[in-house]
Amino acid sequence: MQVSLQISDISKSFKDLKALKHISLEVRENELFGLIGPDGAGKTTLFRILASLLLPDEGQANVAGFDVIKDYKQLRKNIGYMPGKFSLYQDLTVEENLNFFATIFNSSIEENYDLIKDIYVQIEPFKKRKAGDLSGGMKQKLALSCALIHKPKVLFLDEPTTGVDPVSRNEFWGMLKKLQKKGITIFVSTPYMDEAALCDRIAFINQGEILQVDTPSAIVKNFAKQVLNIQTPSIYKALRVLGSYQHTHSIYPFGESLHYMDSRKDFDWNEVLNHLKNEEIKDVEGELISPEIEDVFMELSRN
Amino acid sequence: METTIKATNLTKSFGDFTAVDKLNFEVEKGEIFGFLGANGAGKTTAMKMLIGISKPTAGDAMVANYKVSTQADLVKKNIGYMSQKFALYDDLNIKENIQFFGGIYGLNAKTLQQKYQQVVENLGLENYVKQLVKNLPLGLKQKLAFSVALLHQPKVVFLDEPTGGVDPITRRQFWELIYEAADRGTTIFVTTHYMDEAEYCDRISMMVDGKIKALDTPKALKKEFGAETLNEVFLNLAR
Amino acid sequence: MKKFIGFVKKEFYHIFRDKRSLFILFGMPVAQILLFGFAISNEINNVDIAILDKADDKNSKEIIVNLKASKYFNVLDYLQSEKEIETAFQKGKVKAVVTFDQDFARNLQRPKTSKLQIITDATNPNVANTITNYINSIVVKYQMVNLQQDPPPQLVQSESRMFFNPALESVYMFVPGVMTVILMLVSAMMTSISITREKEVGTMEILLVSPLKPSTVIAGKVVPYIFLSLINAIVIVLLSVFVFQMPIMGSLFWLSIESLLFIVTSLSLGILISTLSSTQQTAMMISLMGLMLPTILLSGFIFPIESMPYPLQLISHIIPAKWFIIIIKSIMLKGVGFSFFWKETLILVVMTIFLLGLSIKKYKIRLA
Repeated sequence: MQVSLQISDISKSFKDLKALKHISLEVRENELFGLIGPDGAGKTTLFRILASLLLPDEGQANVAGFDVIKDYKQLRKNIGYMPGKFSLYQDLTVEENLNFFATIFNSSIEENYDLIKDIYVQIEPFKKRKAGDLSGGMKQKLALSCALIHKPKVLFLDEPTTGVDPVSRNEFWGMLKKLQKKGITIFVSTPYMDEAALCDRIAFINQGEILQVDTPSAIVKNFAKQVLNIQTPSIYKALRVLGSYQHTHSIYPFGESLHYMDSRKDFDWNEVLNHLKNEEIKDVEGELISPEIEDVFMELSRN
Repeated sequence: METTIKATNLTKSFGDFTAVDKLNFEVEKGEIFGFLGANGAGKTTAMKMLIGISKPTAGDAMVANYKVSTQADLVKKNIGYMSQKFALYDDLNIKENIQFFGGIYGLNAKTLQQKYQQVVENLGLENYVKQLVKNLPLGLKQKLAFSVALLHQPKVVFLDEPTGGVDPITRRQFWELIYEAADRGTTIFVTTHYMDEAEYCDRISMMVDGKIKALDTPKALKKEFGAETLNEVFLNLAR
Repeated sequence: MKKFIGFVKKEFYHIFRDKRSLFILFGMPVAQILLFGFAISNEINNVDIAILDKADDKNSKEIIVNLKASKYFNVLDYLQSEKEIETAFQKGKVKAVVTFDQDFARNLQRPKTSKLQIITDATNPNVANTITNYINSIVVKYQMVNLQQDPPPQLVQSESRMFFNPALESVYMFVPGVMTVILMLVSAMMTSISITREKEVGTMEILLVSPLKPSTVIAGKVVPYIFLSLINAIVIVLLSVFVFQMPIMGSLFWLSIESLLFIVTSLSLGILISTLSSTQQTAMMISLMGLMLPTILLSGFIFPIESMPYPLQLISHIIPAKWFIIIIKSIMLKGVGFSFFWKETLILVVMTIFLLGLSIKKYKIRLA
């Protein structure tokens, strides 16, 4: 497998804030790679460095064989970049936006039409509408079309699904999979843990540090701790009881249930459930489950 | 059980376009109610009517025992509101924010001082009292914003996408606060399109094209649609 | 080239779809010219005055008639004694009082004696001065016409003639100034705002990662505004010629060339501002405080540079508007050729090259 993106030991600070701390990462050619982390983790800073928009304080990075500092001119011709907020001209129509971005990349809508076709047909009925009047999902599709118009080798998508409803999010990931089949390497960031499973490989990032890199399934499989899923109508009370339980390693609400991890290596989970019952919490049910991506992320970011 | 929000045929039209179409639902005291919908489904319009800043064109809603159509001012006095986009003034410190927002609701100086001490103690903000709010870590800032929304002990608190994009641990700490408030009897009304927020609600409603298409506990909804996650339920409904 | 044309096209879309900036672009020049032309003027018209006529003879009465007949004055009141003068001023109704001595007629024949006294309200010294001059000239004229049969008085009559603006029409003074201010505003403020807008919306990020050269971006931003500013200049000239009957003495060719030069100077200032600011608001503040005010106050547009304190005079040298005003006054009012303003032109050219070079150098190929 060829390496499409090579990041070695990148650091970047803004005044007192260390946005990135010695980041190293490899993305293979034609991979759909996800950078997963909450707001403020350093995702956007890393994206900007890779798109040659920011200079790192330390370290090096290569994108599609071009150094992000020295070969920035070549690099810019070969990447597509979609910044966090959909950067479109709000007062230009869909068609005008697309035409403009095609022109500045020395291309035209016709030239790479088959690449953007699947996406563009969905917004084509609105091509005379101003970008500012589109819904979030439409804007996202238009922005993606604009980023693809020059047939980039590597596509950088910085939080493309933030602020977009689940239906559009779902469609969007479908489009990414199709683009991947056409040979484009995709580097995407997201704050949503549930999108991690849709990537080939993911990297967890938190407070400027990479916590782990692997396939989503391997990350879950290699997790060392057991997770006890507890269900009860009185979630809040159970949360408080386990919050002060002597063997609790961590206790987090997960929707309607609680995820409990024990501080001991081996533990009898019935003991935990009994403890809850003794504290007069009713209708307690529990089972051991395989951890979710989010369990792993929280465990890693606690350390 | 006491009902704190009751919508009866709540409708809002703009010309020919009906943004909110005859909503009927009830929310009980101490309940955490999730109000979901895709972008443009009418969620925001509906919430604006419930918090008394937009008048229904037909139907009505009772919020905290007042009619939103005719008693909007009383509604506003008895509810709290927090959104992730704007909640606190970044360039004021904790005390100044509390004084300002508490002052809006007519709390006197003595009460404000008490509340301030309470909030600082409850959230463990002792090290930050001299700082401007913008220097607080995101998690603390959100907790503070929520406490500020509760200063005047409103019967209902409206939360607009309170934890979207926030890291998982902070989000959970925030939900613990929400649980606690609900446990004390405050009704919590959450509008969001983040499914991971919706999962924490006691009951959720899903809005599609101005109408409520489903309303039940997350568990029951998942069962009804034979879905693993709320995301699937949502996709099913929206199509 | 295709990229460049595409870019310019996009800029025109922006401009023509934004009603507010369109208004600033085309409404402002018209409004400003009309405002300065009609409302704000240095001339006096229909000034209320009072008369204290202690002579009450043929000569004084005739002078009073002449004063009344002129379009400048309006005799509001006749006073009875000196005591009333102060109260007349305090009431603020009259701007000047003309008093005739008791033996006015006799004194009129003798040189170097006071004949009549003009007392003016000097709360506005400029106006007071103008009023004095106007009354003086009416009296002198009367003297010359009516005392012709007598041997001419021995006093040396000072006579002033206003060159280049014989009627002292203040609109002639303001047209060059307004034109300068508007070209500066449109060019500098609008470009700086349009560049910073792209930074704010985030599209600048995409432009940066595109293969567009910085020079293409800058040229693409500048060209539409050169075009619009030229239209503005033409509108201003047409307005002043047809509405205010202002003659243009010099060559239109040089007027166009020099205007173009000044537009480019202002545009380069605009680009420089946009490289220094990251939001539209800052760009606007810098343009207004840093460009507009000095252009209005220190360019000689309203206040003569010669009467400024020395340090301010020094500062005025670095203000492009000062040189441009000298140039277009030379062309429009004096009608002189290039040999009279090549120095000023050269100064502007050097300034422009410096500013353009600086802003291209400052234009970042990356985010800050």
